[in-house]
Amino acid sequence: MTGNKDHAALAEVFNKDENRVDWHDETLWFIRKKRDLAVKKIDNWEELRETASQIKNNVLSNLSNYLQEFEAKASANGVIVHWAADAAEHNRIVLDLLKQQGITQMVKSKSMLTEECHLNEHLEANGINVIDSDLGERIVQLAKEMPSHIVLPCIHKKKEEIGELFHEHLGTPAGNADPQFLTETARQHLRDVFLTRRAALTGVNFAIAETGEFVVCTNEGNADMGAHLADIHIASMGIEKIIPERKHLSVFLRLLTRSATGQPITTYSSHFSKPREGKEMHIILVDNGRSIQLGREDFRNSLKCIRCGACMNTCPVYRRSGGHSYHYAISGPIGAILAPNLDMEKYADLPFASTLCGSCSNVCPVKIDIHDQLYKWRQVIVQKGYAPTAKKVSMQAMANVLGSSWKYHVAGKAARTVMHLAPFAVNNKFNPWYKHRDMPEVPERSFGEWYKINRNK
Amino acid sequence: MKVGLFIPCYVDQFYPGAAIATLQLLEKLGVDVSYPPNQTCCGQPMANSGFEHLTGSCNRLFIKNFADFDYIVCPSGSCVLHIKHHLHSENNEAEAAAMRGKVYELVEFMTDILKVKTLNAEFPFKVGLHQSCHGQRGLYLSQMTELVAPAFSKPRQLLNMVKDLEIMPLDRPDECCGFGGTFCVAEEAVSVKMGQDRVTDHLNNGVDYITSPDLSCLMHMEGILHRRGSKVKVIHIAEILNGKRNQDKP
Repeated sequence: MTGNKDHAALAEVFNKDENRVDWHDETLWFIRKKRDLAVKKIDNWEELRETASQIKNNVLSNLSNYLQEFEAKASANGVIVHWAADAAEHNRIVLDLLKQQGITQMVKSKSMLTEECHLNEHLEANGINVIDSDLGERIVQLAKEMPSHIVLPCIHKKKEEIGELFHEHLGTPAGNADPQFLTETARQHLRDVFLTRRAALTGVNFAIAETGEFVVCTNEGNADMGAHLADIHIASMGIEKIIPERKHLSVFLRLLTRSATGQPITTYSSHFSKPREGKEMHIILVDNGRSIQLGREDFRNSLKCIRCGACMNTCPVYRRSGGHSYHYAISGPIGAILAPNLDMEKYADLPFASTLCGSCSNVCPVKIDIHDQLYKWRQVIVQKGYAPTAKKVSMQAMANVLGSSWKYHVAGKAARTVMHLAPFAVNNKFNPWYKHRDMPEVPERSFGEWYKINRNK
Repeated sequence: MKVGLFIPCYVDQFYPGAAIATLQLLEKLGVDVSYPPNQTCCGQPMANSGFEHLTGSCNRLFIKNFADFDYIVCPSGSCVLHIKHHLHSENNEAEAAAMRGKVYELVEFMTDILKVKTLNAEFPFKVGLHQSCHGQRGLYLSQMTELVAPAFSKPRQLLNMVKDLEIMPLDRPDECCGFGGTFCVAEEAVSVKMGQDRVTDHLNNGVDYITSPDLSCLMHMEGILHRRGSKVKVIHIAEILNGKRNQDKP
């Protein structure tokens, strides 16, 4: 979909339509403001963040124990637990489960993990029809796109575009972009899907080691609709979704939706603990690079992420470049620190798609040091040799000049002289600064030169 | 108390007026301040681009130039933050660590160390205060809107001591201007858009000047203001606090 373009190139395309950029920015900033209003009503918000962070630190330090405890408890509850080392194994397990039951149609509620694993493509290629039941996910599925945001998958689409998609795929009248009407249409269309699908796949927000149950948070109730009506419920979860005890859930449920959308809690926080009589419930515990990330000291705490999307809503770069410019299932600042773990070369550009302003780390409900990790990934990516050659050469030259007092003074004087006498040497289309910004005016003397004359020390 | 004046490379070359104001302001406040002439750059442009391993000679130069001072003071939050986090030494890490602890951005040096209570300055203009991200979220010069915590602002504390100066509210009080070092050219489209939006916020709120404790942000916004042909100017906070604008031109 995005070809070989990097974040900067994709963001440049996005920025060709300034009205759309403004609309995208304002829409997400509105959500950031809703988040601010919601969290400022909680006096001990910062304490809550710290508590959540500590719980997750504990989880990451004892992950294998908690996972085994969870497996034992879930199995005792009658749930069938599977382990998947990577995306391929996860997708194979899902396909096998469906094949065993002779199922060719499945309904799915929102799961970023299945996006990460490209499950839909795999199932479609094997003759399984998948319908995403989250409204936003359904919209991007109809548009054959990736979600551009982990919580708001179609936030990049205007309602008129959604009206057109529905007209094309669901037979709504052309030109109707009334949100109420479109939502009702999707609702009726999905109702039929829910009633006829024998298999439902959901994601997992939290899995509780102590009880073997898992919790799925949605606003639309679509996960419940799918899971309750199907013969087989498959829940896919990243292994980092574990929390030790039920009581810890209260911390995360208070944080999750306030951070995500400014709501006090999701409309539905559904607990699943055992299959109904005569039905099957499966949980797939997926690693897919998480163990490797756990072993990277500087980056392991990215696994604390609870997928609220607050870092995206606050990120001034995300808001002005759109989720698809990150060319990875998880966009924004958190995507930029998770993606290089999976493929450092392919995602070498992402940690550079930031000004390191630090807003992300400070809205993060589990206190991931996102912007510090972006800085650290930059070092790793360069050290591993994934920096473009031109950049290596210019950085080496810059370090050479700035690392020597006399070279710096000669170069500074020369640069100012050139800018003074021949401004066209910098004021041209080869200077990306100059495209939309003027260069600073050049003073006759540097401060160092002034100091020598005026303080004469 | 011996203070070493650390003037970042781009301020030295392009904004000597802000450096002179910083020097004069510290002198007026009775500080024994001097400028080591062989200083260059903190190394941040390389480090933020992923080339921290090339900053060894910058670090050595910095240590050599500033080791003998009690405090190191600089009119740029971003460079201070870089030194605070990333100044290292191959053969004397203890010395580097000590220096990381004594480097101060000008505003925090004035409020926290000098404990300045009054200033002899006037500035009869409407001013937009740009909160530079590294100063705000990195050095905690002011409270950020992300946290549920009491508000404070060291730059505002000082600007409030300036006669006739009016600080204008902004719609987004602490959004990044999009400069970001090499980000401004590597991610040109987004960087420019961020800068334009930031400038527009100040213009919509009727400012005459945009000020900040960090010149890199101001340089970015100045480039955009000039291109738009706007009459609104940028000014480093030291020049306002020094109260002697446009004298001592370099």
